[in-house]
Amino acid sequence: MHPFAYVAPVTVEEAVAVLDKHGDRARPLAGGTDLLVKTRANVWELDAVVDIKNIPELMTVTVGNDGLSIGAGVPCYQIYENSEVAAGYPCIVDGTDIIGGIQIQSRAALGGNLCNAAPSADGVCPLIVHSAVAHIAGPGGNREVAVEDFCTGPSQTVLKKGELLVSMSMPKPPANFGAAYTRFIPRNEMDIAVAGVAVSLVLDPSGQNFESARIALASVGPVPILATAAGDSLAGKPVNDESIAAAAALARDAASPITDMRGTIEQRRQLIEVLTGRMINKAIERARG
Amino acid sequence: MVATYDAKTDYKVVGTNPIRHDGLDKVTGRAIYGGDVTVPGLIWGDVIRSPHAHARIKSIDTSAAEAMDGVYAVLTHADFPVVDEREIEAGEDIVNLKRDQSNIMADDKVHYKGHVVAAVAAVDRNTAQEAASKIRVEYEVLANVSDVDAAMAENAPIILESLVGDHLGEDVPNTNIARIFRHEFGNLEQAFAKSDLVIERTFSLSMVHQGYIEPHNATVIWAEDGNITVWSSTQGSFGVRAQTAGMIGVPETRVKVNYVEIGGGFGGKTKVYLAPIAALLSRKSGGRPVKLVMDRTSVFEATGPAPGGKIRMKVGVTREGKVTAADTDLIFESGGYPGSAVGAAAMCVFACYNWPASRITGYDVLVNKPKSAAYRAPGSPQASFAIESVVDEICEEMGFDKIQFRLDNAAHEGTRRGDGVQFPRVGLEECLRAARDSDHWNSPLGDAPAGKARGRGIATAYWMNGGGKSTCDLMLQDDGTVMMNEGSADIGGTRVSIAMQAAEVLGIPAEDIRPSIPDTDSIGFTGVTGGSRTTYATGLAAYTAAHLLVDELKDRLANLWETESGKIDFADGVFSSDGQSIGIQELAGKLDPTGGPVTSTASVNPSSAGAAYAAHICDLEVDLATGKTDVIRYTAVQDVGKAVHPQYAEGQIQGGVVQGIGWALNEEYFITDDGAMANRSFLDYRMPTSLDMPMIDTIMIEVPNPLHPYGVRGVGEVPICPPLSAVVQAIHGATGKRYYELPVKPGRILEATNGD
Repeated sequence: MHPFAYVAPVTVEEAVAVLDKHGDRARPLAGGTDLLVKTRANVWELDAVVDIKNIPELMTVTVGNDGLSIGAGVPCYQIYENSEVAAGYPCIVDGTDIIGGIQIQSRAALGGNLCNAAPSADGVCPLIVHSAVAHIAGPGGNREVAVEDFCTGPSQTVLKKGELLVSMSMPKPPANFGAAYTRFIPRNEMDIAVAGVAVSLVLDPSGQNFESARIALASVGPVPILATAAGDSLAGKPVNDESIAAAAALARDAASPITDMRGTIEQRRQLIEVLTGRMINKAIERARG
Repeated sequence: MVATYDAKTDYKVVGTNPIRHDGLDKVTGRAIYGGDVTVPGLIWGDVIRSPHAHARIKSIDTSAAEAMDGVYAVLTHADFPVVDEREIEAGEDIVNLKRDQSNIMADDKVHYKGHVVAAVAAVDRNTAQEAASKIRVEYEVLANVSDVDAAMAENAPIILESLVGDHLGEDVPNTNIARIFRHEFGNLEQAFAKSDLVIERTFSLSMVHQGYIEPHNATVIWAEDGNITVWSSTQGSFGVRAQTAGMIGVPETRVKVNYVEIGGGFGGKTKVYLAPIAALLSRKSGGRPVKLVMDRTSVFEATGPAPGGKIRMKVGVTREGKVTAADTDLIFESGGYPGSAVGAAAMCVFACYNWPASRITGYDVLVNKPKSAAYRAPGSPQASFAIESVVDEICEEMGFDKIQFRLDNAAHEGTRRGDGVQFPRVGLEECLRAARDSDHWNSPLGDAPAGKARGRGIATAYWMNGGGKSTCDLMLQDDGTVMMNEGSADIGGTRVSIAMQAAEVLGIPAEDIRPSIPDTDSIGFTGVTGGSRTTYATGLAAYTAAHLLVDELKDRLANLWETESGKIDFADGVFSSDGQSIGIQELAGKLDPTGGPVTSTASVNPSSAGAAYAAHICDLEVDLATGKTDVIRYTAVQDVGKAVHPQYAEGQIQGGVVQGIGWALNEEYFITDDGAMANRSFLDYRMPTSLDMPMIDTIMIEVPNPLHPYGVRGVGEVPICPPLSAVVQAIHGATGKRYYELPVKPGRILEATNGD
């Protein structure tokens, strides 16, 4: 392991300055559950590790009429144990409480899950279906990027030199909204998604028709995929097996998986179809309360 | 002293569940494992490993590493002494010293990805890593073979060019098949001709790893006087002594191996990988202590997994439900050097049945993967998977009851194993009857939730168990405590199971015996903890030593009581003669006038051990849309001879079952085209976790082993064998499909069921 400097700034500006100085030889440290592994395995050779846990805006969860904002360094357990988050955003809980085991969840940040940019990330698809936006600070000022546009490839993001993810925010869901995420793993826990699906939807006041929907797919492409056609297909359709099956088939078409040690192309396509159907039904259940 | 079964039943200690002596240290983290060892002046070693599965080493340039500050030594194969192709025993394996030396550090070729090519020792771990990264190796990359079909194909790349294969007694050069051997009896052709049904199937298995949590480690000092001190996680300190001394060319007795606690081995820690490298680095570093610790990737890529391979299986039966004949080809991958578990597999494959005729042909085949090693009943799980799958198919085809068919054909006392060995009293029939009468077998499977389907499987298996050399010393203290030294590495609670056998003889509580596992200079030779031998053989040493201690105490007491020792009785911890009596612990404080302290020592070498049989029942549920399998109920029936410590015996059975279930469902070396293991971490090498398992119920049958005074049989290995087939037959029950390739992972189930 290459020796590195440990820096613990207390403001976003200081953090950005250090990151800007070192470029890709510096990385922000939240929980460290990816950073420490990659550094020890010499995937990254770093000159500076920038601990962001002393910066207040990166460590805050805010739930209000504007929606939910999660600081980039907030560990998973502080998200899923937050009763307001659990009540209003159960899909976010679906993702954060299956990342690793208890020890990992006590350290690992949802923002870190996003910045790690793994196609299989369990935390990212729930953010996408909640229409979350990533708030980025950088040497040239602040900007916002939709979470579905944040990852650009495996381990690659839109972050430029010196830029830091500050928080993710999402609007307060409208009435008759429901969302859910699940993944397929051969075991019951402590595993990495072979395929994952998040669904959010809004029903009309009768609860019998879809008004809109968003569907996001994990582990079936180089980045988490927003399956726009699949989600849009539900808009205006009645809640029945036929419209759900049609959306699930479109989600299957949106997947572009590879065959590797975790599964085959055919298996992953099938899983996407099956999980999409299951998550639409679960989201409907939640929407109907 | 020859100990045979004494049919005693009123045990005071044997059969109870005292807390293990090492338990508190282990749950509090005080116990010292190999990775915890530190000594004054410690420096760190590191190695570089081959990125190629098969390559010739053209050159190694170590100059940049040697020039670095803080580097004490750089090592390549050229620093090892030349040793002969001598074979030594190493627990469950035979070790060829020359080949093992090349396995732990490559000579002119690398045989698998991860093969060690060079090593360094430096002032700290980071410096050692950085120095190792500066060693430049030039390779000529060669075509690789990663399965037995490719390795046995015509014009296959030859992995070990010096190998002369033994093919049914014929010397064959230029081959990857190290050995072909055969056990045959009866007239196979005639026996098959009498069959009403003959089924022939081919099975494929992947390489799997033991998955012990603690990685390999070694700390070694090669002092100026030539004495070498080793700390290394191992199943047998004397095995480390022999292998280390053999590979570095010193007499065994110059090497002292200190016992450290072991975080799992399952057969994989009978082999030595790091201690010889650390020893030579220490010598080159002026006698500084050198420590080497593997990471998980290295453990997967370059230690000793269990072989995969192919098994062809042909079995005949009559319509009356009697077996006629069986014929099998066991084709096992040995890894980068010869020596797989195929020999043991051949002993086990047909051992559950009483065959009129059988033929077993074994193939030991080199492939460009790590050299395989022992894994819990080496060879038997693979063999059990194949034979039990065919038996299940026969029963369904012919409408036979799966337990009655096995009972009608069961091996019993007098049956000959496929290689000719005749069984003494064994407990297979008792296991099958207990399975038939169990609540599990008599309970309905129950309805699966929508979209899921359930199935039940049953399978049996055999493991021969081991005997061999063990030593135990007892030292009676003034206060009645007995100090005990014994030589067996304690993996599964054997300190207590050995102490209990001495306590039973002495009539004292197990807690009043304080066991220690000394270094190899301080205890008589004791074989490896493997082959399910430890509670049996080292327990026999403790039993024998305890009797010797009692004999000596009778002599001393005869002095005090002015009588003859032959007139003194000893029972339940009390000596008595002519109306006088005294407890053993009270007597302990009165021995000074009789000649001082009383100690005893016993070494034993039983040549055989009582065999273990098991019958397992598995219920599971398959999600038909995703192929996910959940085991929902599992019962393991096993003949344990006598459960010395029933909770730990049960724990052994449960642990074996979990490993067997993992082997059946998800575990595999996923090998890429360039011969690399893709899933070389616990994230992607999918062993079951506690969240994947139901409670594993056990039914322990006690058919006494005639070779042991308490009837003890080894229990630790056979439970890993039946799950492979029991699980797969249950998946067959749930999905209606047959599976001939392991693991039966979700993708394979979807492949088999799609189109339904």
